[in-house]
Amino acid sequence: MEAVAGRTRELVAERGPSSVGFYTTGQLFLEEYYTLGLIAHGGIGTNHVDGNTRLCTATAAAALKESFGCDGQPGSYTDIDHADTICLYGHNMAETQTVLWTRILDRLAGPNPPQLVCVDPRLTPVAEAARVHLAPRPGTNVMLMNALLREILDHGWVDRDYLEAHTVGFAELSKMLDGYTVERAAEVCGVPPSDLREAARIIGAAERLLSTVLQGFYQSHQATAAAVQVNNVHIVRGMLGKAGCGILQMNGQPTAQNTRECGADGDLPAFRNWSNDAHIADLARVWNIDPMDIPHYTSPTHAMQIMRYVEDGSIRFLYVTATNPAVSMPELRRMREILSQDRLFLVVQDIFLSETAQLADVVLPAATWGEKTGTFTNVDRTVHLSEKAVEPPGEARADLEILLDYARRLDLRDKDGAPLVKWRTAEEAFDGWRECTRGRPCDYTGLSYDKLRGGSGIQWPCNDEHPDGAEHIYVAGDFWSHPDHCESYGRDMVTGAPVEPSEYRSLNPDGKAILKAAEYLPPHEMPSEEFPFQLITGRTLYHFHTRTKTGRAPQLQAAAPEVWVEASAADAEEQGWTEGDLLRVTTPRGEVSARLRVSGIRQGVLFLPFHYGYWDTDAGHRPDGSDGRAANELTLTDWDPASKQPIFKTAAAAAHRIGAAEGPSLAPTTTGSRPVTTEVPATSGGPTALAEERFENTGAAR
Amino acid sequence: MRARQLLRSLHGNKVGAALEELHRSENDLAAALLHVSDQHKVDHEIFYVARDIARWSQEHVRRLAEVGGDYGLDLDPDAEDDATPLAPIKQKGTELTGRFHEPTLLLLADLRRIHRDAAGVSLDWEVLAQTAQAMQDRELLGVCQECHPETLRQMRWANAKVKETAAQIMVTG
Repeated sequence: MEAVAGRTRELVAERGPSSVGFYTTGQLFLEEYYTLGLIAHGGIGTNHVDGNTRLCTATAAAALKESFGCDGQPGSYTDIDHADTICLYGHNMAETQTVLWTRILDRLAGPNPPQLVCVDPRLTPVAEAARVHLAPRPGTNVMLMNALLREILDHGWVDRDYLEAHTVGFAELSKMLDGYTVERAAEVCGVPPSDLREAARIIGAAERLLSTVLQGFYQSHQATAAAVQVNNVHIVRGMLGKAGCGILQMNGQPTAQNTRECGADGDLPAFRNWSNDAHIADLARVWNIDPMDIPHYTSPTHAMQIMRYVEDGSIRFLYVTATNPAVSMPELRRMREILSQDRLFLVVQDIFLSETAQLADVVLPAATWGEKTGTFTNVDRTVHLSEKAVEPPGEARADLEILLDYARRLDLRDKDGAPLVKWRTAEEAFDGWRECTRGRPCDYTGLSYDKLRGGSGIQWPCNDEHPDGAEHIYVAGDFWSHPDHCESYGRDMVTGAPVEPSEYRSLNPDGKAILKAAEYLPPHEMPSEEFPFQLITGRTLYHFHTRTKTGRAPQLQAAAPEVWVEASAADAEEQGWTEGDLLRVTTPRGEVSARLRVSGIRQGVLFLPFHYGYWDTDAGHRPDGSDGRAANELTLTDWDPASKQPIFKTAAAAAHRIGAAEGPSLAPTTTGSRPVTTEVPATSGGPTALAEERFENTGAAR
Repeated sequence: MRARQLLRSLHGNKVGAALEELHRSENDLAAALLHVSDQHKVDHEIFYVARDIARWSQEHVRRLAEVGGDYGLDLDPDAEDDATPLAPIKQKGTELTGRFHEPTLLLLADLRRIHRDAAGVSLDWEVLAQTAQAMQDRELLGVCQECHPETLRQMRWANAKVKETAAQIMVTG
């Protein structure tokens, strides 16, 4: 700890606070993010703080800011129970949010089942359950959404009164959509025009419409622009703020919402606006420091730019908590070079010795959930308390405890000379956070550990006005987008340039919802003769992130033991490949070899799961002289200019057979990687995965 | 229609000259954006966004050549594209310097030039739009109204990138 604090002090003295950066996660607790944000922004005074939420949920936040001026989920999970139409955009919920998916399965199996519309280039379980499945060419989501919106407008499936009363930007949107005919979209996206029309008709006829969005949009070309068009569908249809009418711009990790709220991910705490001086002054008041001590000359630095600053040597201290950039970031050869520089002092705080930890100067063993106490907030704003059940093993300590130790050693002070971080326990940190949220959209002032104990979670805002929380926000068109109140003035969705405050004020003086139009741009890397396929990466049901935990759970590991590559039956036939062949997949960045699964994926597209790294190989943190197995050996360093989320799903790639099949690939058969033939043994958990649960009759109602 | 034709053929009107000037300056701006892109390949957002928005200037060049025909001008509709033989060499050169902080000073200088060029183009559009109004040339005015906002976005982009990177470049050596 002394080495960590000492190197921080040295660098701040020699090269200034901007030589120090923090890269955190979506898997800590609220109290830990808030403390980290305070230490970094308020104490050290660096602007370089972000989370791996940049890779999973940055576009969710950015899209909400563009449309509503502020982060915060318009929908609620309960909308699933009421919706008559559910659209899942690039969201394989059956594998990414399994419990939520069972809620949809319940509806589908019950009376008055909702109609599902699915947009996904793979034949996922969601696609199989959908009334209409659109499988667009990767990188064309904006074209697809614009055509759907145009159909909706052309048929007059819009709520004119709502538009008039609660929105700005309709004229610009209508004008933009002029050129986006179904025929043009069908051509560009490679989707039958009749399917596009049918999808638009279903959405247009919905009376209670729920939309969910995830990585198929967020990690693809024009991420924010595409996600914003989903918001636009709801705004033009007036379907917000009531039962069954919601948007869930989903998150990829359990506490990603907290990373965003608490200012640990390129935002300031409690959705304060970095370009509004009054918000900075207010934050400085809460922290009892000078407003000049909080860097706000530009938006907090995003993760990809932090890595660039490490690359050019202007950041020389990087403190990584609970994430694994050496496997999860794009273009891994570059990432390994960046992280293994001598001039970089790398600190990794994690529960296992990840690939990144193997490159670190100092590794701090941390506790995981169940070994520490804290709160977390899920995508629909529900706050839960997670209590410590067991002691952490060995020298491991709660992340909060380590951060507090770090702050003490740095001797961070407020403007009266008192310690800057004024808490010693998770509950005290929560109370500090509660004060920080007072009057802000994510108002926690009505919550406490006591109130959270015993129940099943409370949705913020929870305050005097909503003492039991709020199932819906934006009820009756009441938005948080007033220029004085909003978290963000938005960005140009092509250039990423922030909208100037005066410009926003004249666009949206009364705080309405903003219909933001977007032009389609062709993807940055298109297939060529040399690289004829489009490569997308993604998750499987059985693993999470870089398998740091799931790879150590024997049943999960057995269900998806090794990397595979998916291709369509048509491509396999054309190339003369069969199920189980060993393929080498190549892009200008590197090579991965994997067994082939012939699946229901769109023709011309290859899919690689991104979970597989090297911690359980001999080489430890990199490919062992031969082809890699991490999908990110191949991905492109490119990101959405508005949300800064890396683009994992639009790379051009080649594939060649380097070995014949020795049986089918070991990819799961129960998921999006379901084989097209029936000759592959079904994935099953086996006897060790069986669990028996008995419900004792306790006399309670249920 | 007759009045417009009459105004177009007014002796001494300088629309042709304005169109030619804007055609030239848009061409230059497209080239400057592609240059910045190649020069800063290690700054990935600069590399890709500069290319995306160079396309706007290329499209403006095409529109200007089209409308120029009405004024008896023979302007080349094809702007400079990114297939110049030097581009890969420039990109490689910048990759070699990616580990050094000093070259980032060049980024500020290059963005400054984009901002200046785009500001010039913006004023040229202003002049053309005013002229189009005075001459009641709806077609020309329409072109101005569609293209000029994109020039302003190019300018704001350069400004925003300077704002975003200046502190790190200047303070943290």
